[in-house]
Amino acid sequence: MSVEAIADVSMAEEGTSLWQDAWRRLRKNRLALFGLVVLSTFIVIALLTPWIAPYAYDAQDLDLGATPPSAQNWLGTDIFGRDLMTQIMYGGRVSLAVGFVATAVALLIGVTWGAIAGYVGGKVDAVMMRMVDILYALPFMIFIVLLMVVFGRNMLLLFLAIGAVEWLTMARIMRGQVQSLRQQEFVEAAISIGLSPATIIRRHMIPNALGPVIVYTTLTIPSVMLLEAFLSFLGLGIQPPQTSWGLLISYGAETMEEFPWLLIFPGLALTLTLFSLNFLGDGLRDALDVRGSGD
Amino acid sequence: MALLEVNNLEVSFVTRNGVNKAVDDISFTVESGKITAIIGESGSGKSVACYSMLGLVPTPPGRIDGGQALFDGNDLLKLSEAELREIRGRDIAMIFQDPMTCLNPYMKIGDQLIEPLVYHRKVSRADARQRAIELLDEVGIRDPQTTIDNYPHEFSGGMRQRVMIAMALINEPRLLIADEPTTALDVTIQAQILQLIADLQKKRDIGVIFISHDLAVVADIADQMVVMQTGKIVETGDREAIFENAQHPYTRKLLSAIPSGSKVSSDATPEPLIRVEKLCTWFDPGGNKPVVKAVNDVSFEVHRGEVLGLVGESGSGKSTIGRSILRLVPVTSGHIDFDGTDLTSLEGTELKKMRRRMQMIFQDPFASLNPRMTVFDTLAEPLLLHGIETRKTVSQGVLKLMDDVGLARAFVRKYPHEFSGGQRQRIAIGRALATRPEFIVADEPVSALDVTIQAQILELMSELGREYGLTMLFVSHDLAVVKHIADRILVLYHGELVEQGSGEELFNNPREDYTRRLLQAIPGRGLLGISA
Repeated sequence: MSVEAIADVSMAEEGTSLWQDAWRRLRKNRLALFGLVVLSTFIVIALLTPWIAPYAYDAQDLDLGATPPSAQNWLGTDIFGRDLMTQIMYGGRVSLAVGFVATAVALLIGVTWGAIAGYVGGKVDAVMMRMVDILYALPFMIFIVLLMVVFGRNMLLLFLAIGAVEWLTMARIMRGQVQSLRQQEFVEAAISIGLSPATIIRRHMIPNALGPVIVYTTLTIPSVMLLEAFLSFLGLGIQPPQTSWGLLISYGAETMEEFPWLLIFPGLALTLTLFSLNFLGDGLRDALDVRGSGD
Repeated sequence: MALLEVNNLEVSFVTRNGVNKAVDDISFTVESGKITAIIGESGSGKSVACYSMLGLVPTPPGRIDGGQALFDGNDLLKLSEAELREIRGRDIAMIFQDPMTCLNPYMKIGDQLIEPLVYHRKVSRADARQRAIELLDEVGIRDPQTTIDNYPHEFSGGMRQRVMIAMALINEPRLLIADEPTTALDVTIQAQILQLIADLQKKRDIGVIFISHDLAVVADIADQMVVMQTGKIVETGDREAIFENAQHPYTRKLLSAIPSGSKVSSDATPEPLIRVEKLCTWFDPGGNKPVVKAVNDVSFEVHRGEVLGLVGESGSGKSTIGRSILRLVPVTSGHIDFDGTDLTSLEGTELKKMRRRMQMIFQDPFASLNPRMTVFDTLAEPLLLHGIETRKTVSQGVLKLMDDVGLARAFVRKYPHEFSGGQRQRIAIGRALATRPEFIVADEPVSALDVTIQAQILELMSELGREYGLTMLFVSHDLAVVKHIADRILVLYHGELVEQGSGEELFNNPREDYTRRLLQAIPGRGLLGISA
């Protein structure tokens, strides 16, 4: 056995080859790395906010009022004299949490649901997908309002509610992917080897269906963040003095003529996040495609 | 004067990894009224040579480095795109391998047929339609008056290829380029299409370039042969010269790769390993459509250690039988007894245990491997699942399998897309052998491969069969291949068993008409000394 072959095998023994390879390819993609760095930075800041924020999140200075960026308040203050940077940092905690948690919920339910429906097929598929159709048809606002009325206002509930709506499309995408993969001979080969359906879905279906799912995920995170802003704006989501990027942007938009920084900075934070997500999503999709140009 | 004269044509592809010479200084001529066959394996440049003349090779990455292609004295390589468009479809027409992907599924075939006529000849739609009907009749489409308004999916594969031929001929071209036009078809249909092309060519006195990887296919119809290997022409000559007196070793290799001869019956003891009794596998397409009886009341035995050939056209149920035995499709009724166990009633862990003892090799090595798993992962999966190897020893097991199927060990971390078709089929064979099965269903394992690769894979399968003591069900539409490898042959037609016997018996003394038809359809049988 050649030395090279030995080295190759010992690499393979570690088992997570697909993800290792993906990471190797992702590292070569500058834009994706940029996205990853920006997102990680935002997440770290969000986690550390209570300790590193320059002011308390509810500290007001009504005499100060709205001031443009200065040495004391790097990003300026709002009409209540609250430090905008602090607001954005605290708002980021909420927005990022909503974005990632709700999307993770949607991803988990949607991918599992769609994969099972697509793989099993027949009556199970029909019943599962009709349930998706019914949930689609339910007016979203009524659903949220009902939840709020029954369980009271609660951040966790907000995450769940948004996630519970967003998984529907994910399930449909996944089902379509799995249905077409189901016809492939390598799945038949997996069956005849004796693998269980769960293993086949996990090992043979999901990795091959990831491309569209990842792209849709990167589109879902920003739309969830905006949804949160919309709900909060209606008074169903976050309430002052708590805040989120969506809320900051909508307040900023009202006063954009007199105090443009109140719109610009929260907008910049959201835009940067969205760009980063898109770059990272594109990069991930390419990195996970072993046929890609990485080699 | 020759209809088409190609002089010193050179085409290359510019990729990131450097310049790849696809066609290297080739010259040949095509005469009016003759069929010129260009033969070569995939990657030999045979299609690129023809496509580049018609401006159908995208540039970049393609690049025409030099040469001439004189058609009627005009150099095709010097014409503008607009001038070429005038010639394509009017003076030079093409037919392709897969008639389904070449027809627009949302257009009636009539509309597709008259499109080139209206475009090139400026005739009225009514006249064009009349012309299309006559032509459909000529290529053997029944009832052209009504079928002209059908959509492509309403025709069978063979009929669609006839439609494609009609479409190619509608402008009365003087040169027809046929690129593997029968590769996707059953042998019997292939024989009909070959006959049709030969007839039409004689009747219209046109020139034909017939591109194929298989010498046998063109054995009966070609006048001139051009043999290509890695971009170069290695031999040209008329048919007799090539078949009876091939000079170049590569041509001889191609000739010897044509499956012929039959297996010397092994010392298989007639002890049944599998007994199939009154097997019925029906599919319910739903709605009000009738049930498809893919396999209907079929009984046979597979003896321990033998290779049993299963022959039939597409739709004969031959693959379904293999899949029924492996429990990949639900069986409607009947029994399958595997070494004393009734497979049809097994579930859960019992079934999983049984699966280990029987495996499958699939037709399409591009679809049968998970594109996101390396060779290592693909081969390790069954080894670990059935506890044949532990995590510690699995790499040794994988390497052993790779040695057995003739794959270099250095490839262990590569993904399927990095391999050629033949290599992929070796991986698939390795995966099937991983569980140490006693029985293997090989479903057309070589029909997606070039002839020379086909010969290698067949050789490998026979060898491994002996080494591992395998019993094999070899499913194929190609009688010549089956005769080469199988001890006994079953002939299927419309889901029912028509005839069975040893290769020699069937070939020398077929009892049923259908078997005789299959035998007559084997391409090049005259030259290969196959009686029917």
